[in-house]
Amino acid sequence: MIPVSYYLGLSAVLFALGILGVLLRRNPLVLFMSLELMFNAGNLAFVTFARMYGDLAGQLVVFFVMTVAAAEVAVGLALIVAIFRSKHTIDLDEVNSLKG
Amino acid sequence: MPGLPVVFFILAAVAVVTALGMLLSRNTVYSALFLVLNFATVAVLYLMLGAPFVALTQITVYAGSIMVLFLFVILLLGAERLPISDKLGWQPFVAIPLGFILAAEFAFNLFQSTGQIVNVIETPANFGSPASIGELLFSQYILPFETTALVLLAAAVGAIIIAKPERQSPGQAIRRTRAVSSPVPAEAPSAEAKETPAAVQEEALKQN
Repeated sequence: MIPVSYYLGLSAVLFALGILGVLLRRNPLVLFMSLELMFNAGNLAFVTFARMYGDLAGQLVVFFVMTVAAAEVAVGLALIVAIFRSKHTIDLDEVNSLKG
Repeated sequence: MPGLPVVFFILAAVAVVTALGMLLSRNTVYSALFLVLNFATVAVLYLMLGAPFVALTQITVYAGSIMVLFLFVILLLGAERLPISDKLGWQPFVAIPLGFILAAEFAFNLFQSTGQIVNVIETPANFGSPASIGELLFSQYILPFETTALVLLAAAVGAIIIAKPERQSPGQAIRRTRAVSSPVPAEAPSAEAKETPAAVQEEALKQN
């Protein structure tokens, strides 16, 4: 048997890796993927807490987070496609003006 | 049952290595595939934590739909061939230590508050099964359930509208030309000096 705090430690490490990905990558697609990694780390923490306290509400929260994350990814990727269509680049250093 | 330690450490190592692979890979398609493997690993961790429904939902929704959507967009934009500028100057030197500090703080706080819990409580056999999740979802959490249905509808409509290419109808094009060629609206039509240019303009418009 392993302590559940190891799961929480893994969740913390994955969350920090996700934040590093958001800060250090210039490609917005990899940035979105790092955001998904952060979502996953949070979901892992929720499932761990659900197991710790025997409360299914944690798993339900994970269900809702997955749904909302799917919706957000759809809209975000549509935005990237629209930006690429107008600027022909998706490098974040060049997409730095509000002018569409 | 949280499972044998060996299984957990192997899965944790795979999760961290694939996350690092996603971050450090120069090819965007490789990053997406690393992330798929990461999601599958986290799904197995959910299974070990007694959440079978959430684990298979993770495989279906995250690894099966969201990452496929990512791959579609990557291949649509040709992002695996785009030149990625490495103009990062001082950012990595600040970001990586801050990331370490964040992870250490997280882990410290978590171990402080929950370190003494070694064995999880015994849960019933159907903990996390679809039936028990469904019971809770449709009785106590029915409002968030319907709200997420609305969120998905809004996201689908929004994504279609944002990504739709702009197409002009013929009527829109003619109105735009007319607005450009006759900027002054009919203000004083009684003046005879303005009649000739107006007649010339109208003839030009009729030819469009």
